[in-house]
Amino acid sequence: MTQYLLAVNHTPEDLAAMDAMSPAEMQAMFDTVGAFNQRLQAEGAWVFAGGLQNHDSTTTVDNTGSDVVVTDGPFVESKEYLGGFWVIEAPDLDAALKWAAEGSKACGNRVQVRPFQEEPDA
Amino acid sequence: MSDAVAAIERIYREEYGRVVASLVRRFGDIDVAEEAAGEALLVAVERWPVDGVPPNPGGWLTTTAARRAIDRIRRESHRDAKHQAALMIANPEGHEPTGLVEDDRLRLIFTCCHPALAPEARVALTLRLLGGLTVAEIAAAFLVPETTMAQRITRAKRKIKDAHIPFRVPDEADLTARLAGVLAVVYLVFNEGYLATSGEQAVREDLTGEAIRLGRILHDLLPDEPEVCGLLALMLLTEARRPSRVDESGELVTLRDQDRGGWERALVEEGHDLVRECLARHASGGRRPGQYQLLAAINAVHTDAPEVGATDWAQIAALYDQLYAVAPSPVVALNRAVATAELDGPAVALAEVDRLAEVEPSLTSYHAWHATRADLLRRLGRSADARAAYDAAIDATANPAERAYLARRRGTLAP
Repeated sequence: MTQYLLAVNHTPEDLAAMDAMSPAEMQAMFDTVGAFNQRLQAEGAWVFAGGLQNHDSTTTVDNTGSDVVVTDGPFVESKEYLGGFWVIEAPDLDAALKWAAEGSKACGNRVQVRPFQEEPDA
Repeated sequence: MSDAVAAIERIYREEYGRVVASLVRRFGDIDVAEEAAGEALLVAVERWPVDGVPPNPGGWLTTTAARRAIDRIRRESHRDAKHQAALMIANPEGHEPTGLVEDDRLRLIFTCCHPALAPEARVALTLRLLGGLTVAEIAAAFLVPETTMAQRITRAKRKIKDAHIPFRVPDEADLTARLAGVLAVVYLVFNEGYLATSGEQAVREDLTGEAIRLGRILHDLLPDEPEVCGLLALMLLTEARRPSRVDESGELVTLRDQDRGGWERALVEEGHDLVRECLARHASGGRRPGQYQLLAAINAVHTDAPEVGATDWAQIAALYDQLYAVAPSPVVALNRAVATAELDGPAVALAEVDRLAEVEPSLTSYHAWHATRADLLRRLGRSADARAAYDAAIDATANPAERAYLARRRGTLAP
């Protein structure tokens, strides 16, 4: 089994579209994502998942030099920011891609699939 | 001696896909498989000239390579005992049977053509691992530096490993979609060889042979997949015409003007048999024919006519209509218009061709659109317009055979 990150990145356009959603639309999305999460759990693929606050709330900590430097905001400006994610366990990429297709439908956004590094001979 | 080595290398290349695929299944690692296959070749070069070629060279190479791989894994101290044990399981099957013929090469081609890999990487990996072409040969065929091609292949292999792209024939539910991706790779390899726009001719022509070989393997492994049958037929019927396609001076000869006696009869017959196989399947209620079967059928109608005048254009037009329904593209519509010219005359066809470009303006940068117009205008006696269309067609292609043909046609126009 390999762990995969299913990352949901948001562009400014995605964020604007979500802001424009009605409460009913918002609730419908929460429901479909909730149902998807339950399927992941029922099939033993679930590891962890979460939605993140807007990237405005990011704080960067850099302790690579002699002092700890704390700054407001992400380290580099980007066209898209991580908005939420799932960590799943799957036998191979095909299985992970199937989950990603379901997750993408549920949250109404593109999903990037990325394998975790494996611990050597764990 | 060098003849013996050349013969060994020929057998090695022929067997390479089978050997590597079997080793990938056994060791779960493409690099291990390739290195072991390479070592087996060295042993073969040493032994075969002395002992003779074994009766089953593929089996011999696989066994020898597997022994070498196990020796190597034993020697490598950085792998712990558990890892070694895992790699040396005689036949580690990690998946459920899919109910299909499980040839290792079939699994490997689905891995190489996985949609999670970049399209150009799929082509390169397929030629390298299934076709046994060297990185240098693939680089030469695709006109990129060898280092670029090596990086492309290395990166794809790393992704297969890191992302755990499976070594498996897809489930029934995904098979049709994934098979379409595999067939697209094979057809792209074929066209890269057939429609060579530049580069060293001989290297590129090898690609059509390689694509046909891959098509035959797929057809052997998936005999009930109609599109596999269709693609193989299409490639054979296209390849059959190659000897008549360019004349001694390097000028393109269109289908209309080709010496039909120069076509390779054996390939035509084989292609026709396959098309009949597809037709029989549909007559007994199979799925609606896909694009490769329809293209093969169109080519079968052309190659069935002993001379151009005997071509069944109504049949061609009907097949293009079916093809357009399955794969609507302006190029298909343009080819349909060529049949229209034969059935309803050049004026009707010209109106159709001009209308196509109104809907799809990008056609005006496509040489075949201009060449088709030029021919229709010539047949209508509109020499000045035809000349302008030939000029535009020549400007739009870099292929020297094509340019030579168009320039000669332009020269035959009445002043």
